[in-house]
Amino acid sequence: MKPLLKTTVAALMLTIAASAGAFAATPKDTLVMAYVIDDIISLDPAEIYAFSDSEYQANTYDHLLVLDLKNPSQLLNKAAESWSVSQDGKTFTFKIRSGIKFQSGNDLTAEDAAFSLQRYVILDKSPAFILDQFGLSKDNAKEKIRAKDASTLEIELDKAYAPSFFLNCLTYTSSIVDKKLVMSHEQNGDLGNGWLKTNYAGSGPFFLKEWKPNESLSLVTNQHYWGGVPKIKRVLIKNVTESATQQLLLQKGDVDIIRNMTGDQLTTLQKDSNVKIVSAAKATLWYLALNTKNQYLAKPEVRQALKYLIDYDGLTNTLFKGVGKPHQTILPDGQLGASDALPYTLNVDKAKDLLKQAGVPDGFSITMDTTNKTQTMELAQAIQSTWAKAGIKLEIKPADNKETLTKYRARQHDIYVGQWGSDYQDPHSNAEGFATNKDNSDNAKTKPLAWRNSWDIPDLTTEVYAARDEMDSTKRAAMYQDIQQKVLDNGPYIVMFQQIETAAVGKNVDGFILGPTFDLNFYHDVVKH
Amino acid sequence: MKASIRVIISVASTLLGLLLITFVIGRVLPVDPVLAVVGDHASAEVYARTRQEMGIDLPIYQQFWIYLSHVLRGDLGMSLRTSHPVLDDIRQVFPATLELATAGTLIGIIIGVPAGVWAAVRKDRWQDHLIRFVGLFGYSVPIFWLGLMGLLLFYAKLSWLPGPGRLDFGYEDSVDSVTGIMLIDTWLSGDMDMFVNAIMHLILPASILGYFSLAYISRMTRSLMLGQLRQEYILTARVKGVPERIIIWRHAMGNILVPLLTVIVLSYASLLEGSVLTETVFVWHGLGLYITDSLFSVDMTAVMGGTLVIGCAFILINMLTDVAYRVLDPRAR
Repeated sequence: MKPLLKTTVAALMLTIAASAGAFAATPKDTLVMAYVIDDIISLDPAEIYAFSDSEYQANTYDHLLVLDLKNPSQLLNKAAESWSVSQDGKTFTFKIRSGIKFQSGNDLTAEDAAFSLQRYVILDKSPAFILDQFGLSKDNAKEKIRAKDASTLEIELDKAYAPSFFLNCLTYTSSIVDKKLVMSHEQNGDLGNGWLKTNYAGSGPFFLKEWKPNESLSLVTNQHYWGGVPKIKRVLIKNVTESATQQLLLQKGDVDIIRNMTGDQLTTLQKDSNVKIVSAAKATLWYLALNTKNQYLAKPEVRQALKYLIDYDGLTNTLFKGVGKPHQTILPDGQLGASDALPYTLNVDKAKDLLKQAGVPDGFSITMDTTNKTQTMELAQAIQSTWAKAGIKLEIKPADNKETLTKYRARQHDIYVGQWGSDYQDPHSNAEGFATNKDNSDNAKTKPLAWRNSWDIPDLTTEVYAARDEMDSTKRAAMYQDIQQKVLDNGPYIVMFQQIETAAVGKNVDGFILGPTFDLNFYHDVVKH
Repeated sequence: MKASIRVIISVASTLLGLLLITFVIGRVLPVDPVLAVVGDHASAEVYARTRQEMGIDLPIYQQFWIYLSHVLRGDLGMSLRTSHPVLDDIRQVFPATLELATAGTLIGIIIGVPAGVWAAVRKDRWQDHLIRFVGLFGYSVPIFWLGLMGLLLFYAKLSWLPGPGRLDFGYEDSVDSVTGIMLIDTWLSGDMDMFVNAIMHLILPASILGYFSLAYISRMTRSLMLGQLRQEYILTARVKGVPERIIIWRHAMGNILVPLLTVIVLSYASLLEGSVLTETVFVWHGLGLYITDSLFSVDMTAVMGGTLVIGCAFILINMLTDVAYRVLDPRAR
C-alpha cells in the first residue's frame, strides 16, 4: 500500500508543478468576456427582445440605420446609404448600400432587407409590435414592405409619422438576414425560423462561430467587413453567473471584460490599477409600482407620501453608487423630451402630513413583491426602514424574478419593485408603457404598466398617442414634458434611478463601447495591446 | 422470465411516477411559462398565440399524455430556453456532472475510508477527534463558500490551480466532444497539454465535492468499523496472534463492505443530481445547473428530461449495486 501511495502523490505533485504557470492567458487576438447570457433563447433576430441577445444581433448583423452614439438624436446610415420620405409622409425609401456581402458570399440587396423586415411582422414574435404599430401586419407585410429593385427598399406606413420616431424603431428591427440562405432552410412555411433560432445568416463585423446555450457564445471576425475590419479576430463570451467568480477571472487575466459587477465589486475594482471601468447610462429605470386596487394606494395623497419616504441621496451614495443615477421621471435621459426633474426628496414630516390628509395618520400594512437578487432585496430593505418612520409596515415577499413578474402582470400585487427598459430610443416607448391604458378591464387586449396598476387614464392615453404623432420635434418634446409632469403628480409609480451599466475592462483593452440600449453595445472597435 | 418482467414493470412504474410528480409540480408553480419565452414586453396577441402554441390550456392529463408518447419514441422534446432538443442538451450537460461526481466520490472514498478506519482504530485519541472535526467542518460549511474560498486561495492568490471552467478559455472549441467527459475527450485528442489542463481544472471542484463526500463516508466508515471491532471474533483473532493489519483490512473491512457500499452509492447518487452551487461557482455546465435554470424558467420539458435521466441513472446504479452485493457478501449468493 505505502509505496503505491507515495508514487501516486509524487506523480500528482509533479503534474501540478509542471503545469503551474503554464495556464493559457487570454490570446492576444481574442476578446474574452464573462457575462451572464442565459437570457439568450434564440438567435433569430425576428425573435430577439432581451439584453444579451440584442447585443449579439447588434454585433453580428447589419442594420439599415443605427443611432449615433456621439449624438443620440441623430441616426447613422449603415446598410441604408440614404433615405427619403414621400410628400404625404407615409412612404419611406431607402437606398441600399452596394458591396455588402453575407457570410455565405451572397450579396446584400434590397430583397434581403425587405425579406428581413417582413419576417418580423409575419412571424409575429415579441419584437413584432414595434413595426406593427405602423399599420403593418401579416396580411399586408409583403405588399407594404417591398424591394423596388436590387438597391431600393420601400416601406409604406398607414399614415404619416415623425421620421425620427419611425426610423428610431427601425434601428431595432432592421437586422438584415440572408434571404437565400434562410429560405433554403425553411420548413412548413416558418420562413427559416426553426433553423435561424440556432444558426446565423448575417453580414456584420462578426460572424457566429458557435452558440452553446447558457455556456458560451463565440464569434469570429468578418475579414471583409465593409465598415472596417475589427482588429481582434475572435470574441468569446462565457456565461459566468456568479459575480465573485467573474471578478476572480478578471483579476487573474483569464478574461478581458466582466459585465455583472455588484456595487461592492465596482467600488473595489475602481481602485484596482489593472482594471478600468466603462459605464453608460441605460434607458432602463428602477421603479416601484403601486397597485391602485389596494385601498391605501388608491389614495393619491398616500402615493405622494410614499414618494417622500425614499432616501434617494442615501441610496445613490451606497447601494446604487456607480450603478444608478437619480432619476424620477418616466423618460430616461437621452430621449427626446426627457425631463431630469427631481422633485422628491426624503421628507418624513411632509409624508406624515400627507398620510394624515389621506386619513391614515398612523400608517398601514402593505406587501412588496421583490426579486430575490441581492441588489433588489437590499433596496427593498432600505425602503422598508424609511417607510417605518411614518408608520408604514412593509412586508417584503422575495421570490424568483419570473414569479414576481407573473404576479405583477396579473395585477395581484400591492407593490412591485423592478426595472423597465425602453424598447427603442424614442419617448413613445416608455410613454406608452407607463402612461397609456386603453382598457382597464380584466379582459383588456393590451396590458401596459398603467393597466397592471389599475390606473385608469383615458385622457392621458389620448395625449400620449397625440405626442407620438406630432411631427414637429419641439412641440413633441413639450408634450412629453407635460405627460411626465402628470405622471409625477398622480401616477402609481415611484421612479428612483436610471440604470448605469458598468463593465470592468483589463487595462490593456481599449475600444469597448457601451451605449444607451443593449443593441448599442459594440465590440468592433476593441483593440488589445 | 417472471423476474425480469417484474423488474421491467418496477422500473417503468418508478420512472412514470417520477415524471408524473415532476409534471404536476411544474403545473402548480406560480410562474408563467409563457413569460420566459415571449418576455415581459410582448404584446397581448403574441402572448396569447404563444400560449396556445405551447398547449398550456389543454387539460393536464392530455398534456402529460402528449409528452409521454414523445418520450416513448425517444423524443424528450425541445427546451424552451435553449431552442435545442432536450436530449442534445442533456448529452452535453450530463457527462460534465458524471465526471465531477465520479471524481468527487473517488476522492471521498480514497481519503474517507482510510480516515474512517483510522479514526475507529484510534478511537477517542487525537487522531479520531481531528478526523471527526475535519469531517464535521466539511459537512457543515456551505459548499458555495468553500468553493469560492478554494478559488480565491488556490487560483487567485497562489496560482497553483487554474480558474473556473472545465478547460482554459483558450482551448475553447479545440476539443471534439466525443464522450462529453473532458478527461477522456482531451486524452483522445492527443494534445497532452490540454489533457493536463483538464485534470487541473477538475481538481478543485472535485475536491470540494470530495470533501463533502468524504465527511459523510469517513463518519459512516468509522461507525461501521467500530461496530465490527466490538465483536468477539476480533478478540479471538487478536488472541490468536493475527497481525492487526490483517484483522482490520481483511476481516473487519470485509464485513462492512456491504453497508459501506450502500453509503458510497448513496453519496455518489446525490452528487450525480448535480451540485448546483459548485457548478455555478466553477462554471461547470452540468445537469444541476441545467435543471435549476430550466425550473426557474418553468421549462418543464427540460426539467422532466433531466429528472428522467437522473431517475434512470439512479435505477442503473441500484442494479449494479445489487450485483456488487452478491459478489461481496457470500451470504447473499
